[in-house]
Amino acid sequence: MILPTSEEYTVLALSLKVGVLCVVISLPFAVSLGWVLARKNFRGKLLLDGLCHLPLVLPPVVVGYLLLLLLGRRGFLGHILSEWFGLQIAFTWRGAVLSAAVVGFPLMLRAVRLAIESVDPRLERAARTLGAHPLRAFVSITLRLAAPGVLVGCLLAFARSLGEFGATITFVSNIAGETRTLPLAIFTYINQPDGEAAAARLVVLSIILSLGALIASEAIARKMKS
Amino acid sequence: MLTLRVHKQLAEFTLEVDVTCAHPVTAIFGPSGAGKTTILNLVSGLMRPDSGEITLEDIPLFHAEKGIDLPPEQRRVGHVFQDDLLFPHLSARQNLAYGYQFLAPSERKFHPDAIADLLELTALLDRRPALLSAGERQRVALGRAILTSPKLLLMDEPLAALDRELKDRIMPYLRHIRTDLGIPMLYVSHAVGEILQLTEQVIALNRGRVLAHGNFSSIAHQAQILPLLKTRGFEGE
Repeated sequence: MILPTSEEYTVLALSLKVGVLCVVISLPFAVSLGWVLARKNFRGKLLLDGLCHLPLVLPPVVVGYLLLLLLGRRGFLGHILSEWFGLQIAFTWRGAVLSAAVVGFPLMLRAVRLAIESVDPRLERAARTLGAHPLRAFVSITLRLAAPGVLVGCLLAFARSLGEFGATITFVSNIAGETRTLPLAIFTYINQPDGEAAAARLVVLSIILSLGALIASEAIARKMKS
Repeated sequence: MLTLRVHKQLAEFTLEVDVTCAHPVTAIFGPSGAGKTTILNLVSGLMRPDSGEITLEDIPLFHAEKGIDLPPEQRRVGHVFQDDLLFPHLSARQNLAYGYQFLAPSERKFHPDAIADLLELTALLDRRPALLSAGERQRVALGRAILTSPKLLLMDEPLAALDRELKDRIMPYLRHIRTDLGIPMLYVSHAVGEILQLTEQVIALNRGRVLAHGNFSSIAHQAQILPLLKTRGFEGE
């Protein structure tokens, strides 16, 4: 059978959901922080920059464990979310999105920041003198010109989320249908007797997915630049 | 009428200006680094004075004591920069319309087609800035500022980046703006020859201080102005 099984569909759909939501959630933060880091000078900028990039150099397991400490049922934030809003993050798909977002955030931020830095800030000033409000000037000029770079950032975060393993398994475990994304499913199959064929099918699926995302984003970026 | 009474500490000197510009075109001339561009940035709101006031047609744009500081988008002042600063992702037509779109219909004094026609841009409207010559780009920048129906047009050495031939070709358009459209101008240049083609009213500036203000022929002989004319005043001519 070439077509994916229903179990593989579940894994694939969850991975895509986690990847897309991780990008959607990270993007506003990456654009705001990218703008701040690219355009503003202030005390503590280096520290903020370092903190934002920390998940890139920390072992993902550490990121997952820290998220568990913070957002687990007994964690400071997790307790509040659970008691006040009935919202569970740890050991749910929401947690998988969050782990992927935290780990992929530095990649997105870096791309967005570089893209904003490459836009001449005087263009935005010119837009202001032409009557554009600051947000309008930013969106219609700087963000539009930075769009190809922002898209690259989105793709990097998406790709990183597809590959995210350590933080996810530590924070939300490996629950079929809930938190078992592609890498976790592959890991599960590899650990099962006779699971190699199933793992191989998922590996091929991962490659197709990643390659598809790369080609699509490259095509969109080219169209934006022309 | 523009009233400018400002104080601004800059890296190398203090800008101290107290002038009233009542003529259709007033030119600010002086050597590079005299503070000319700073004055324009203060008027358009891109820079903030340390103290003082800026009033345009009886409307305070900035007043330190009263805490008034209108943001650039509310000043109704057109700013043409030395580098045209056209938006590279927009066509000439979209660049022209950029500021125009923010105006209420009742505030629109000029129509984009009429301005494109006046500046001879009609055939170029669908081109992106990268496909325009330097002179064409500067004309689009000029049109873009005019189409915001400004109460004052700030021109920051708009011809400095152009060669002699192009300067001569653009100058008639500037005279059109002065005479036919009736938009007051504050025109910055270090080239006196260029200025005199537009106006006799000049402010001579050096290191942030106004050396003289008035009719060029009546101030040109003054002891403090002559060195500017001899050394750098005719630069680029």
